Order: sequence, then structure tokens, then C-alpha cells
Amino acid sequence: MITRKTTRPFEILLVEDNQGDVRLVQESFHETGLLHNLNVAINGVQAMSFLRREGRKYAQAPRPDLILMDLNMRDKDGRQTLSEIKADRHLRSIPVVILTGSPHERDIFNAYDSQANSYIVKPIDVEEYMDAIKAIEAYWFYTVKNFLR
Amino acid sequence: MKTADRTRTFEILLVEDNPGDVRLTEETLKESALSHRLSTARDGVEAISFLRQQGAHCDAPRPDLILLDLNLPRKDGREVLAEIKSDRRLKLIPVVVLTTSDAEQDVLRSYDLHANCYITKPVDLDEFIDVVKAVETFWLGMVRLPRSGSGAS
Repeated sequence: MITRKTTRPFEILLVEDNQGDVRLVQESFHETGLLHNLNVAINGVQAMSFLRREGRKYAQAPRPDLILMDLNMRDKDGRQTLSEIKADRHLRSIPVVILTGSPHERDIFNAYDSQANSYIVKPIDVEEYMDAIKAIEAYWFYTVKNFLR
Repeated sequence: MKTADRTRTFEILLVEDNPGDVRLTEETLKESALSHRLSTARDGVEAISFLRQQGAHCDAPRPDLILLDLNLPRKDGREVLAEIKSDRRLKLIPVVVLTTSDAEQDVLRSYDLHANCYITKPVDLDEFIDVVKAVETFWLGMVRLPRSGSGAS
């Protein structure tokens, strides 16, 4: 039986190389007061190590309830990382929300084609950006059913 | 908030056999500020023929979003989901599973079949309306959807 009454924090993996954006996501989540744990990977290589619990650093890494992922990063970008996650039998059921500056139709098409769960273009304005993060959180945490909750 | 395109008409396909739920979804979406058109399929066979524009559905629009119940007559929602997500052209359309099932295996199986998200229908009427509004706000107001037919080129 799945219930939202457990006190386990909502585990999020943010894959983002821009420190300013990471900070804004942290602040947005903090403001909503949701019991959560925000894990950060700065590129696809780190993200895959985290998800596969590789090495000492990630041996205890939690399985995320949600992955927020940028597309444009050095050392394995979001497109490649998304494809790897969705091709992995153990990882593909984790929802991946693409959160990127790119509004290009080609990127949107390719992301859905690679089974991204949704695609959101980062607003440029800081307040709008934080509102978007809160809306993502509200939707995926309160409306959507994730497993193991 | 910066939002998705507000000038277009969003095509939504609701696959649902319960007339009460269909009615309630229609009424909730009617209050929406976003322009949309809701089509309904009452079972899985009809949903697939709508999506493939077969027979009576030869003029059916390509949906921007699909709301899919799991327990359906004739062809079950799990089968419909698997068919959509293994079709090169249809798999781009986001599918929101909206079902009364709370079973962990249904949640896991749906994500495994690449459902875009899984929502358990609240039994309470007001909560159900809130869920439909949240789905609409998120998918039509915030998310960028693939442009219809962008896969065809």
C-alpha cells in the first residue's frame, strides 16, 4: 500500500552544472517546506555514478523519486544521460523532468522520443524560475503518484 | 509565470469508461482559461483506433495529451499504454495515467512502460477536480509539448 504519510524525504536528483541555477532550486525547495533531500550532480557522468551507486562516494546514494535534468552540460550531456537512464531496466521507471534553457523544437522532440517524462523551459527571470520549480515540486510531489512513498 | 503556448487549441484525449468521471473531467476543463478540445474514447480499442485515425476516427486530431484509465473494457489501459509507447510516432504524446488503482505494481509497471506520469484518482469529488486542474495547469500551462506532427518530417 502506498501512502503519503510516511516521513521519508522526497529524494530529488538535480543534474545541473550552473551553480546559480542549483542555488535557486535549493532555495525554492527550501521555501516550500517540503521534507526533501536535494542531491546534485554537475554532469551526466556524476549522475550515472549516483544512480548506479558507484564508488565509495555514491555507495549509499538513495534512489531518486524524481530527476530534474539540464540538457547542456560538459562531460556527458543531458540527452545522452536521459537515453542511458531510459534504456536501463532498473532506472527507467524514475521520472525525468528536463529543465533546460533550450526552447528548440528539435530538443523537445528528441527528449520525448527518448522517453523524458516532461520537458520544461527554464524561465530567464529569477522569480519566474523559482515559481516554476515550486510548481514542478507541487505537481510531482502532491499530484503524481511515485512508488515506494 | 512563463508558460507554454497560450494561443493554440490543445487537443486532449480522455480514455475512460466511467461516464461520471468523463462528465466531471469535461466540466472541470470547461472552466479552464486555456483553449482546448476534449475527445473521449470509452475503451482501449476505441482509443487505439482514434490514435491511428482508423474507421470512424479517420479525421481524429492528434492529441497533445492523453489521459488514460487503466481498467478499461475490450483493451486494457496497460495494453494501450504499451502500444502507444512502442509506436514511433505516437510515443511522443505524453500519457498521464489516471486511475483508481493504488497498487504499487500498477504504478511501477506504468512507469516501466513509459507513462509520463501516474496519478491515483481521488475518491473525493473535490479532490478529483483539483487533480484534473493540476494536470491541466502542469501539462498545458507549464510543460513544453512536442509540436504536433514534428515527428513526421
